[in-house]
Amino acid sequence: MTVYDVIAPRDLELGPLPSVTAGRWKNWRLARDENGIAWLAIDRADASANTLSEEVIVELNDILDELSRDLPKGLVLRSAKRGGFIAGADINQFRQSGGQEIAGNLARAHVVVDRLEQLKIPTLAVIHGYCLGGGLELALACKYRIAIDDARLGFPEVMLGLHPGLGGTVRLTRLINPIEAMTAMLTGRTLRARRAKSLGLVDAVTQERHVRAAVHAAMTGGLKTARARLSVAALNSAPARRLLSARMRRATRKKAPREHYPAPYALIDLWAEHGGRPRRMQEAEIASFGRLVTTPTAQNLVRVFFLREKLKANAGSDWAGRRVHVIGAGAMGGDIAAWCAWNGLTVTLADMKTEPLAAAIKRAADLFRKIGHKPTEQRDALDRLIPDLHGDGVRTADLIIEAVPEVLELKQKVFAATEARMRPDAILATNTSSIPLEQLREGLQRPERFLGIHFFNPVSRLQLVEVVRHDRVADDVVAAANAFLGKIDRLPAPVASAPGFLVNRALTPYLVEALVLLDQGVAKETIDHAAEAFGMPMGPIELADQVGLDICLHVADVLRTQLPRPMPDVPAWLRDKVAKGELGRKTGRGLYGWHGDKPEKSSSAPAPGPDVTDRLILPMVDVCMTCLREGVVADEETVDGAMVFATGFAPFRGGPMHYARTRGLADVKSTLERLAATYGERFRPDPGWTP
Amino acid sequence: MQCGRPLLLRQPFAPDAFDQVILGCVNVIADEMNPARVAALRLGMGEAMVAFTVQINCGSGMQSIDTAYRYIQQGTADLILAGGAEALSHAPLVYRRSAVEWYARMFTARSLWARLSALAGLRPSFFKPVIGLERGLTDPLVELNMGQTAEIVAHLFGISRRDADTYAMESHHRLARAQKEKWFAGELEPAFARNGKVYDLDDGVRPDSSLEQLAKLKPAFERPWGKVTPGNSSQITDGASWVILASEDAVRKHGLTPKAVIVDSHWAALDPSIMGLGPVMCTTPLLRKHRLGLGDIDLWEINEAFAAQVLACRAAWNDDTFCREALGLDGPLGLIDREKLNVDGGGIGLGHPVGASGNRIVLHLVNAMQRLGLKRGLATECIGGGQGGAMLIEAV
Repeated sequence: MTVYDVIAPRDLELGPLPSVTAGRWKNWRLARDENGIAWLAIDRADASANTLSEEVIVELNDILDELSRDLPKGLVLRSAKRGGFIAGADINQFRQSGGQEIAGNLARAHVVVDRLEQLKIPTLAVIHGYCLGGGLELALACKYRIAIDDARLGFPEVMLGLHPGLGGTVRLTRLINPIEAMTAMLTGRTLRARRAKSLGLVDAVTQERHVRAAVHAAMTGGLKTARARLSVAALNSAPARRLLSARMRRATRKKAPREHYPAPYALIDLWAEHGGRPRRMQEAEIASFGRLVTTPTAQNLVRVFFLREKLKANAGSDWAGRRVHVIGAGAMGGDIAAWCAWNGLTVTLADMKTEPLAAAIKRAADLFRKIGHKPTEQRDALDRLIPDLHGDGVRTADLIIEAVPEVLELKQKVFAATEARMRPDAILATNTSSIPLEQLREGLQRPERFLGIHFFNPVSRLQLVEVVRHDRVADDVVAAANAFLGKIDRLPAPVASAPGFLVNRALTPYLVEALVLLDQGVAKETIDHAAEAFGMPMGPIELADQVGLDICLHVADVLRTQLPRPMPDVPAWLRDKVAKGELGRKTGRGLYGWHGDKPEKSSSAPAPGPDVTDRLILPMVDVCMTCLREGVVADEETVDGAMVFATGFAPFRGGPMHYARTRGLADVKSTLERLAATYGERFRPDPGWTP
Repeated sequence: MQCGRPLLLRQPFAPDAFDQVILGCVNVIADEMNPARVAALRLGMGEAMVAFTVQINCGSGMQSIDTAYRYIQQGTADLILAGGAEALSHAPLVYRRSAVEWYARMFTARSLWARLSALAGLRPSFFKPVIGLERGLTDPLVELNMGQTAEIVAHLFGISRRDADTYAMESHHRLARAQKEKWFAGELEPAFARNGKVYDLDDGVRPDSSLEQLAKLKPAFERPWGKVTPGNSSQITDGASWVILASEDAVRKHGLTPKAVIVDSHWAALDPSIMGLGPVMCTTPLLRKHRLGLGDIDLWEINEAFAAQVLACRAAWNDDTFCREALGLDGPLGLIDREKLNVDGGGIGLGHPVGASGNRIVLHLVNAMQRLGLKRGLATECIGGGQGGAMLIEAV
């Protein structure tokens, strides 16, 4: 504990509130200061972060009653949680109820928020940390908003297949430039404090130490607001809305098709039709939200939200370690090390050669520049990423991650050298994607300290990491690996040691079938289009090029020998391509030609035939069932979460197993049987489909 | 950072086990007023690490070791990280005094008329920056560039252009051999840049350096007849060096293996215009105190600021008049064996990052003594401004 840690908790400025502990409300605290200003803090019971639930709103209504009986000079609204203001609505509410019921609840909540807006006293929201969705909507009902430096404001509803539903669409488009307002709601991106200030969303940006002075200024009319009312009105006029909304629809179509993602289109319609007329827009917002919340897309995206929560919960407690040692500065090793350093860990990256180390440092520097905002953050992360030519870092590491080439003997040699130098209580992990852990652990003195931590490429973007058990690993080692992944903001998915684990095993038939289709004369653009129309973020041909044809070939070969599942032969021309060095994006030529990170695709490819999509998707779903049946993965939620967060499997479908359930297990089985009859045994459905 | 991280990484103790950090640095940039503290924090040595920067111009890197040594000798500290660092490529361009004054007038002018008249005072020469580095390498009292002081001592001790060039060529060859034989392993660590470049060896070395080539170079400071050329001077470079100093208690506590012990150190000063003789002035009393002759020292590191300057020092010890009248000796001390002097090259090939060199020569002396199995070594450098620092080392 540092000196600063001792006194840091005093930072949060709550006016007269610290003396108020238990009050009449479960989720709120209220007190007046010496100037007659009421300080109201949301402090949800039994939760680390604030969310808005029905109960919170009902209590707020009660508080507004009390305030109006004896109006204070002003009202300050803030959060008593250190982590942030309000993270949004309590998403559990969207799962259980029907659209009608939710719309009814919303209408009642609107009345409460309107009452807050109509208070005849200055009202001020002081915002620190996350201020999202319903939280921002509550803040928008105040006359002033002050952001602390670390504030992040936004409407992420669109990620759940929804749009703001508590007056956000109405108030935001009237407060700031509606183009900016719509962009924020359509993309779901959060705004930093400075940006929010420049947009006019908040009136000032300051630090905790000035909150009292800022409150005083706001209450005495000393807080200037800079809002461009004229241009806002002009852009909200009917002709402007017509023009702009057409443009927004076009831009949205490029990102998300309407049939899969209705929410952004509903949001644009809402503004196009009712923008500038608050009453009508408010009613329409409630109705539109009620319609959206019951769509399969929203329900599935809400499911994905909870899948993420479930995976996140695997992380368990805080990781006690601080030092990571990564062996092998190749693409994966370097990127794993960079990601750990970015997340605050001190990382030694070991390699015997300087060139891969230098290349890894460059990739890290480029990544940090892209995702970092302050040069000091980038510098500090690079300081923590230590090139280690002699492997000295292994001695002090809490966790050692091996990421050398996929050669059993090489890895075993590395393990032997590592085990001799590492701390006995440290953990030894392998990032292998294809070698069974039972083979790798042979020769280890302490196999109980050994497990697999399998990252996906690119590490900084794919959140899922497979945590691979074997029958001799100690429980605390698995727990520590999970906690480590929580620390670096990744999602741990526990899997058993089996060839390809879950994700690569499921992806392989998808990729191989695409090659078979290609071999049968289907255009590569057609194949990719079929998968993308299903909702995959990228077609299999493009994906193979992205991953690297050499790696795909290696994984396919390994899995063919290790798994009973019949797999078609990889076409000979693919081997030739790999031999020629046409490996995909990294070499500029693979199945596609590549311009940087964009493939050259022809736009005139014919539409896919009737079975193409099923031939690509169903074998992947079938492997998921096999993995469940064999116990590689514990449950359907983990399968779905893993596939969504590792492969981008159509999130609006809720994951492969959920897709199968929605489609009907019987239908999946019979379709696979039909495909098997037509195209071969590789489609023979897993016995698990029969209940 | 680049040399500190690997050094700390291979220690059996944690980075926060040190008592303090002392760093020699000459050109401190405005962004980092106490580079020692910045380095300590960035090296992850903990918020409680006391760190300060020392500056005695070209001796700063040795001054940090000397200060650490004295603290440990006093018993006030047990484990100190002492270094030297210089980023001459970051030396600022400085505006002329006249330009600064004009800017101040502009800035404080209140009325339009005052502003206009201030503006009229603008002169093209204001935009000609003064190169901070050049000013830093010029002595303010005698208005002589460091290269010019080398010209003076070369002249006074009869060092010819050919002598200086020969020395420089040998220095390059010795350095090239040391690099080839990997004698710098564990001492020189590669530096990794953000742009993916790796600097694994100092690139100033010219293994094929020859007298013909060196003879072609024009004098750098006093044309057309000067003897000091870019070829026989040290190169202006960036660099950093750290050494760890530990008390006997710390050695026991952490199970360390000491490489050498510091026997003593001494600093001396003389006229800035002959600063190149600094090593003679500080080394001689140190040798006398310990009753040693030049021949009792097994290995020498005399920082190669200029070939002519190193040779002048060597000549001064062999100069009867100089030894009697300037050093108060009974006669000349003799000639240092060239085979014991700067055996693996020096600043001429490696460069002379002013704040770092004093640290690096001590470190290299220790490593070279260990490699060659020698007992007693001496590291010394001349210091701009007319000083010299010397450190006497013994192998353990």
